[in-house]
Amino acid sequence: MNAPVLETRNLNKFFHQPVEFHVLKDIDVQVYPGEFVSMVGKSGSGKSTLLYCLSTMDNDYTGELHVLGKKVTGKKDATLAAIRNRNIGFVFQFHYLLPEFTCLKNVMLPALKLGKHSYEEIEARAYKKLEILGLRDQALKQSIKLSGGQQQRVAIARALINEPEVLLCDEPTGNLDSKNTEIVFDVFRQLADIDNKTILVVTHDLDFAEASDRTIVMQDGRVMDNEKISN
Amino acid sequence: MRLPVNFDIALTHIVTRKKQTLVTALGITIGVAIYLFMNSLSSGFSDFSRDNIFQNNAHITVYKNDEMSQPLLQSEERFTLISNPQITTLSKRLNNPQQLLSDIREQPYVTKAIPVVDFVAFYNRGNTQLKGSGLGVDMVDYAAMFETEERMIAGSVADLENNLNGIIIGLGIAEKLSLHVGQNLTVSSSYGVSKVLRIVGIFRTGSTKLDDSRSYVNIATAQQFLKEGNSFVTTIYANTINPKQSLTYTKQLSGVVPYEVEDWTVTNRDLIKQDDTRQIMMTAISLAILVMAGFGIYNILSTNISQKIDDIAILKATGFNGRDVIRIFIAEALIMGLLGTLIGIGLGIGLITIMANIYIGQPVGYFPISIEADLIAISTGLGLLLTLCAGYFPARKAAHVDPVEIFRK
Repeated sequence: MNAPVLETRNLNKFFHQPVEFHVLKDIDVQVYPGEFVSMVGKSGSGKSTLLYCLSTMDNDYTGELHVLGKKVTGKKDATLAAIRNRNIGFVFQFHYLLPEFTCLKNVMLPALKLGKHSYEEIEARAYKKLEILGLRDQALKQSIKLSGGQQQRVAIARALINEPEVLLCDEPTGNLDSKNTEIVFDVFRQLADIDNKTILVVTHDLDFAEASDRTIVMQDGRVMDNEKISN
Repeated sequence: MRLPVNFDIALTHIVTRKKQTLVTALGITIGVAIYLFMNSLSSGFSDFSRDNIFQNNAHITVYKNDEMSQPLLQSEERFTLISNPQITTLSKRLNNPQQLLSDIREQPYVTKAIPVVDFVAFYNRGNTQLKGSGLGVDMVDYAAMFETEERMIAGSVADLENNLNGIIIGLGIAEKLSLHVGQNLTVSSSYGVSKVLRIVGIFRTGSTKLDDSRSYVNIATAQQFLKEGNSFVTTIYANTINPKQSLTYTKQLSGVVPYEVEDWTVTNRDLIKQDDTRQIMMTAISLAILVMAGFGIYNILSTNISQKIDDIAILKATGFNGRDVIRIFIAEALIMGLLGTLIGIGLGIGLITIMANIYIGQPVGYFPISIEADLIAISTGLGLLLTLCAGYFPARKAAHVDPVEIFRK
């Protein structure tokens, strides 16, 4: 087995407001390349909190987080932002597209920030990503004019534009109908199987979790079941 | 050439929120326009009052100061007693005026220097007598220095040249004694000399004090009034390259000539202080308005950022760091600032143009206000600085947005 893409070592987190609360307790998880992992648990079990810690956006924890074999705990904000830009893609429950921009521009922005390719090349890549998600014809529409399912797919295209190793999703299908859920699931499946991307999805949808490679179950801030389901 | 991505985002925000952009820009517009207008007004007034001063005052005046009587022998050991100390000046004569004049004219900062003989004059007609001050000058030289020709309302300064029996009088004198050009006027001096002079010109300066008392005659005529010879000169008027530097020139000139050297700022200290006070007041009021506009912009930009908090979170999640966010919102503020400032400068120039075309009557003429490049530059600079300040604090707040907090809601 390869080295883990994401790894936590003895991660603990407290909420201080409104009362002191131990939300994550001694978390040790590893996620490997090409894995399609789902994370389930009741509301308040800490799964979303763990996801945000893994995403490098939440730094208020003790213990260590390693991304692609490198320790990122304690790094500067700008460094973490660069890691998110280059190595981690995000998909949220609420699509969070920038409403003033076209779908195409929404997809292009992280790549423009990365600045590795020319504008024209980034545009071509963005079209390609949209095509994979079946949205090429919607590319030049304002993002708010699309349906929820379409917006979510644009968000996935955006998450993939810089070819990150990891895709983190917080209830990506939480607001979608079954048809769109299926589309999203298939895209994730392909990304993991064909492109060897690591996918970690927080979900309430047990069918969705069941169809993933592995399910991490959270309860009261602890990881309950970390067993691997073999392919 | 493609725009940097941060600027691209800023521009998109600006373009998609035209109304808000316009409202923000308008706040700056009003601030900048009023600042420019009020300062142009103040500057116009200053120039006007300064011009008024230079109508009748040379930049530098050289004259013999009064001296107090001194004891003949100074002694450390014994008392030196002098009774009844008083001024000992017997005559206001400047010695060797031709040498003195050429010495002064040699100074690189002096543009023009003329000799002047002043005397107390009494204007008589029948039983009526007016007291005034006569000035013996080479009238053409004098007019070139003080632009007297522009203030002649009858006759001409050239008519006095080489005319020892001519006189130019103020409008006040002419009106009180009911005199016209071509008529004769009896003028007598404190030395008892009386002459009948022909009026060749009448002037109006706008200053009642001068118009009611001042007259010009030839130097030789003035010397006769004082019973003095043709080398007698009481005062030398000198103009310099830059009147604002006259105090420095005065110090330099003091080393060259053995007489009292006084510059126009000393002679007109009261007017200068009035002018300073007005400048300070105008600057304070206009700055206050500008700062008020600044708070308005700050408020709008702050609200704008609160509304965009989701967008900021998503930008941060996808790899934009705090500095990028600051740049985006500062760029937005500066675009609005530039827009507002440009319109504001235009509006200010418009107001100034309207004002400058308002005729308020003689002797002022048109309203003393003009478009000044340095004031436009200062207004532009202040407008941009203001938006930068007003934009920086909300932008910094935006940079500190915690995306997790937004996504968890």
